[in-house]
Amino acid sequence: MRDRARGLALAFALGMAWVAGAGMAPGAAQARSVRWAASGDPNTMDPHSQNVGTVTMVLQQIYDPLIKRERDLSLAPGLATAWVQAEPGRWRFTLRDGVKFHEGEAFGAEDVAFSLQRALQPTSNFGIYVDTIERAVVVDPLTVDILTKTPDPILPNKLASVFMMSKAWAERNNAARPQNTRAREELFTTRNTNGTGAYRLASREPDVRTVLARNDAWWGWAVEGNAGNVTEIVYRPIASDATRVAALLSGEVDFVLDPPLQDLGRLRAAPGVKVLEGPEVRSIFLAMDLSRDELLYADVKGTNPFKDIRVRRALYQAIDIQAIHRTTMRGQSVVTGTLFPEQVNGYAKEEDVRLPFDAARARALLAEAGYPQGFAVTLDCPNNRYINDEQICQNIAAMWSRIGVRTAVKSQPLAPFFAQVQRDDTSIYLLGWGVPTLDALYSFQSLLATRAGAQGDGIWNYGRYSNPAMDALIQRMKVETGETRQATIREALRLYREDIPHIPLHHQMIPWAMRSNITIPHMANNQPYFRWAVVN
Amino acid sequence: MAAQSGPLGRMLDSDLWWSFKRSPVTVVSAVVALICILGAVLAPLLAPHDPFDLATLNLGDAFKPPAWSQDGDMAFPLGTDDQGRDVLSAIMYGARISLLVGVCAVVFSTIVGVAVGLVAGYVGGAVDGLLMRIADIQLTFPSILIALLVDGVVRAAVPREVHDRIALFVVIFAIGISAWPQFARTVRGSTLVERNKEYVLAARVIGISQIRIMLTHVLPNVLGPVLVIATLNLGFAILAEATLSFLGVGVPPTEPSLGTLIRIGNDFLFSGEWWITIFPGVALIAMVLSVNLLGDWLRDALNPRLR
Repeated sequence: MRDRARGLALAFALGMAWVAGAGMAPGAAQARSVRWAASGDPNTMDPHSQNVGTVTMVLQQIYDPLIKRERDLSLAPGLATAWVQAEPGRWRFTLRDGVKFHEGEAFGAEDVAFSLQRALQPTSNFGIYVDTIERAVVVDPLTVDILTKTPDPILPNKLASVFMMSKAWAERNNAARPQNTRAREELFTTRNTNGTGAYRLASREPDVRTVLARNDAWWGWAVEGNAGNVTEIVYRPIASDATRVAALLSGEVDFVLDPPLQDLGRLRAAPGVKVLEGPEVRSIFLAMDLSRDELLYADVKGTNPFKDIRVRRALYQAIDIQAIHRTTMRGQSVVTGTLFPEQVNGYAKEEDVRLPFDAARARALLAEAGYPQGFAVTLDCPNNRYINDEQICQNIAAMWSRIGVRTAVKSQPLAPFFAQVQRDDTSIYLLGWGVPTLDALYSFQSLLATRAGAQGDGIWNYGRYSNPAMDALIQRMKVETGETRQATIREALRLYREDIPHIPLHHQMIPWAMRSNITIPHMANNQPYFRWAVVN
Repeated sequence: MAAQSGPLGRMLDSDLWWSFKRSPVTVVSAVVALICILGAVLAPLLAPHDPFDLATLNLGDAFKPPAWSQDGDMAFPLGTDDQGRDVLSAIMYGARISLLVGVCAVVFSTIVGVAVGLVAGYVGGAVDGLLMRIADIQLTFPSILIALLVDGVVRAAVPREVHDRIALFVVIFAIGISAWPQFARTVRGSTLVERNKEYVLAARVIGISQIRIMLTHVLPNVLGPVLVIATLNLGFAILAEATLSFLGVGVPPTEPSLGTLIRIGNDFLFSGEWWITIFPGVALIAMVLSVNLLGDWLRDALNPRLR
């Protein structure tokens, strides 16, 4: 069996070497190709359908937002050259002149209005970024006014995550609204793109290979700082940790976004390979069904144990997070008791406190809540989205089983996993949450607001947690400014700690591994920006 | 040896026993196979830990090397995996699943193959043509491909919850269905020879029904080669199950077979935790090799021309 597997791997490696060799044929000396691998494949190419890092990491190479992020995640002009809050409820954006989409259409104000409108559609997963927008008004071809329902001081931070697409192209291809991934729908935009970005989609085979080619006509190459020289990006998902590392070590790929933690030592020691390390603005936590009166995937009938805070406390205190940090994460995590890491505006050290690990107390709490024999439940888990996600779930299943909560782990690749939890079809699940806006509101509003009519509220709140006190704080966060707002966030963090809508686990550390001849800035949002990548 | 009475005596007196004793390789493989089978069947009694009982796992025990190395722990003779599971116990329980799937798949393909072969050989004509062409067509596909195909179709057809529950049967069916043509062709060949012999003609003359002739007269006389193929196929079936599980499409991960263990351990091979994948691999090799050697011996021993 081992021999067979190794034989397969060898045959595959030989095949890849041949492909790579062919790419370096004479005359192609100018081509600087980066072969990039990570564990999961984007589950769509639609720019407004899935607000998921795995999708964004490819799409941000292709599409531009109005406002871009710099290396330190600060804001910089993108497709808009200037923006100003002309009135409390009106932002004016001046657009860049002469920008063209990959298929030749000129970019203009109509496209901005269309893209924002598209991100507001019910099938969009980007409502959180555009929730305050009333509508966008085209003033002239290069000026857009964005009218907001309430004054929104952080609108530019949010728009840095909304990609602009061509109105004419989308309408021509019947994709005027985002693809509905929940209904497993397929639109033209699922496999095709037309952005204004530094790279264009050259070919796409889902789960196999995605090739991006340099867009020499990109407006940004003329802008200072965008000195990347990569002409082609070949992305390949490689789910198996060992295979991904072997691919990097053997020269089959050049860049691995998520090298397995257990192999970092070996990668650091390998000649010609380097590892960049840094924290990510992403927190891993467990969220549970707090809405149904009877859980879908548990053996307790007629009641929902998670609604009892003692059960939530018990599950929390049964988790030996230090053991996970030490063993499964190999030290590459920051253990936390709160919703987001310190890079996010609103972080409060005094609220970043965990309930202590105490299995005996957990058992007592369960008994007190009326479950002395525990119960059985299914933990939903992705297996190629976050660092060691499946292992973490298995660790937790064992820890919970020890206090009597017999836990079955159901792990699946990210596409079916997200499709399932987005239908609220889960009892308890593991999720990781990055904060692209670097502001507390983004996490609170998406994950903890009651999912009501308002765009963006509770858009990722798949346990349907609903607490009027929390909702009130979130609504205040939306409009307040200055010290008042900071105090509101602190209050919300306190409520988060006391009410336990989630069981927080840790913030991820994100090592990137690559050939030594690649220079690329390590980003805390875990996004490789190849427009800044230099290959020598 | 003095002739003894009873079935044991008859066995000890037989040609088979004589040729068995004469071949040291066969004796060794029989012992290894016996150890594997006993270890697997009696796993709940013999295994030091219960790897399926999550409540006994402790993350603090994770990545312990085998007992004889420096940081080893006598409680975990072959070390532990990333979840703190005892590798030896996991192998014993895994071998149980592997053996169960292997044996059931072989029984399944034997029943299907023998039935098809018997009918084809005995009835002949268009029925024979049709059945054998089907077998020919299937033989042109690699059997692992057929197993993957069956698994893929079932996976797409039923919801995941149902699939997890029937996964074991799907794997048995997938592996079993991919091996029946070998049985069918052999049995058909033997049946063609037997059906024209006098005892069959005699049975037919006195008016015994066709089905009864097939089952009570022809069948016992064509079973010899079937036994050999079945033994050799057991090795194949165990290996096929391991391959499917290694590829992640076999039995559900909640019931890890040897292939699943090898797949999980594979992720830790580079980082130095070799024991997680090597020991299940060694167990698999020992099991398949010993069964295959036994099959080879059985084939030679039952073939009068090779004596």
